[in-house]
Amino acid sequence: MLSVDLAARKAGVRPGTPVAKAQALYPDLIIMDADLEGDRTGLEKLALWFQQRIAPLVAVDVPDGLVLDTTGADHLHGGESAMLAEMVGRLRDAGITARAVVADTLGAAHALARYGRARTLVVPAGETAAAIADLPIEALRLPDSMIEGLRALGVATIAPLAAMPRAPLALRFGPDVARRLDQAYGRISEAILPVRPVDPVTVSRNFAEPIGAAETIARYIGKLVPPLCQGLEERGQGARRLDLVLHRVDSRTEAIRIATATPVRDVKRLVRLLCEKIETIDPGFGIERMVLTATLAELIAPRQKISSLIAEEEPDVSDLIDTLANRVGHHSLYRFAPVESDVPERSFCRVPALAPDDQKDWPEHWPRPTRLLARPEPVQAMAELPDQPPLFFIWRGVRRKVKCADGPERVFGEWWQGDAELTTVRDYFRLEDTSGERFWVYRSGDGERGETGSQGWFLHGIFG
Amino acid sequence: MSTPLSRPLLEALRDQIRRLEGSATRRRTVLPFGIRDIDRRLPGGGLALGALHEVAGGGNDALNSAAAGQFAAGIAARTKGKVLWIVTRQDLFAPALKQVGLGGSRVIYVEAGADQDALACFEEGLRHGGLGAVVAEVARLSMTASRRLQLAAETSGALGIAVRRWRRQTEAADFGQPTASVTRWRISALPSESLPVPGVGRARWLLELIRARAGEAADFEVEACDGHGKLGSGHLSLPAAVADGPDQEKAGRRRTRA
Repeated sequence: MLSVDLAARKAGVRPGTPVAKAQALYPDLIIMDADLEGDRTGLEKLALWFQQRIAPLVAVDVPDGLVLDTTGADHLHGGESAMLAEMVGRLRDAGITARAVVADTLGAAHALARYGRARTLVVPAGETAAAIADLPIEALRLPDSMIEGLRALGVATIAPLAAMPRAPLALRFGPDVARRLDQAYGRISEAILPVRPVDPVTVSRNFAEPIGAAETIARYIGKLVPPLCQGLEERGQGARRLDLVLHRVDSRTEAIRIATATPVRDVKRLVRLLCEKIETIDPGFGIERMVLTATLAELIAPRQKISSLIAEEEPDVSDLIDTLANRVGHHSLYRFAPVESDVPERSFCRVPALAPDDQKDWPEHWPRPTRLLARPEPVQAMAELPDQPPLFFIWRGVRRKVKCADGPERVFGEWWQGDAELTTVRDYFRLEDTSGERFWVYRSGDGERGETGSQGWFLHGIFG
Repeated sequence: MSTPLSRPLLEALRDQIRRLEGSATRRRTVLPFGIRDIDRRLPGGGLALGALHEVAGGGNDALNSAAAGQFAAGIAARTKGKVLWIVTRQDLFAPALKQVGLGGSRVIYVEAGADQDALACFEEGLRHGGLGAVVAEVARLSMTASRRLQLAAETSGALGIAVRRWRRQTEAADFGQPTASVTRWRISALPSESLPVPGVGRARWLLELIRARAGEAADFEVEACDGHGKLGSGHLSLPAAVADGPDQEKAGRRRTRA
């Protein structure tokens, strides 16, 4: 066991417990494989987040911690304890249980955050020694073998260890014990390696006179985008996400964010996308500073153009996709791709509009209705024999006499989807009523055995 | 055209009209249906590209738009390039579009929240010009909106199809209102021809060409779009009977004015 949550801790499981023992303690325990690499990436992302919001210097402390140099940053958050409360609260909102400690040294803060009692703690300057005196020696970031050795000597907490003579300790355990003690007490300094954000391409412009008219904003967007595109070009990148931050004179900020489906470096296209969003901002008393940042940029891979000798080139529609996506949202812009399933509502899935074409398509041998109802609607119908199509059916209060019919097309439940589908069956019929309208109607079940379905009739689609 | 006008004079007048319409520089192209009786009725010998066309279902299909949707898909399938299909409620079944030759990889769907958004996306799509066809399912289409769409289609040369689909039968009377579209079609399902064996035959439609700019109204009875057509796909093939006598034409015009 590497890590356990609160519920598991209450059940008596501790980090370090063997899995078999933990399962014996609590049979329904949910065990997940540790993903150390994923944890590290997550931690780095979190570090960047902290760097943007809390303090300028943030380092990753694998496997489970972050180190922040908050010197000169706490006043922005209303003091050190308020800052800690905010940090822990925000993490709790995101579903992460965290503890935070401010201390004079990294070693002390590290020890108190992991082995202290309080969830958030601010150790006043100069009281570090007293604060860590009673902590177990595991808190000192020493290797396990050393901890065992020290325990064999009868040392359990930090204060007695610090009081021991240095020379025999160094002789027996090497210089690490003394170094970690000195780091915790602040006698030697410890450097941290802060995370560095991938510096984004950014351009800004200050205005002597605040601007406010939509046309003026549009004009300056037109002036900001070309240097940004030039900056992107120098790196061989294209923008996937652009943020335009407008600082107002009353020190509020308004922002426009646009996203593109593919990396874009086209000035005209980016200007157009940004200008379409101008109506969403409120300039207030005026805007004195505009900052345009390519928050997310990707490499533009050079692409081979199709020679007109071989085939006609397909017109590029990615700019249209971007325009529409910024208008209606990315989730409302899609294509349908085939899924290998005989159940009609499972035979397609939505894929992004510019997803690569996988050359698959639906089989053509069975007629399919133009419109498929989102939810099959129950109809009243009557068939003479289980194998036969209904003679009439009543849908939405209208009785329709069936003139001719095709079917049944039997669709079996997909047993791999769930036990309930092991026996289920649908019999699809194509019905044409006397006026010539065609419907796709199915009976839930095979008409004979009860376990195959409710034997009720449903209308699922309308043919064109 | 029974008036004995000399041909050069007629051509000169047509040129003048074309110049007035501001489309003198653009070559007018059409998408023929491949059925002589229909193409003969349409100016230019087919469905004009770079224009807006309106399609609605007749009877119950005004609400379901199954036949009208299939008809629009058949037209879109015969164009080249991607197709933008704008809907306000998504119930299209992509395998059915595949069966008229419009494969899943060609259609990009846009789900717009309201008619206004759908129209804005429609115009955007028509203006782009890189698409084969732009299809939008809208209920209301005002004269102003349709003029914008028609102009957008004219400038880019894109084919625009507005599938009119209403939520209530009473709203379908809106189809009589004038719009700037070049043609207006009403598609109603007809009983299929009875087969010698039990089963459903190939679907048949009544196509009512209610309005055609510089053309005349007409009714056609056709068999529904087929994905296995000989020339490409999605042809409207083999008119079973072409019922477009003079009295039907009058009826068509009456409906247009209604």
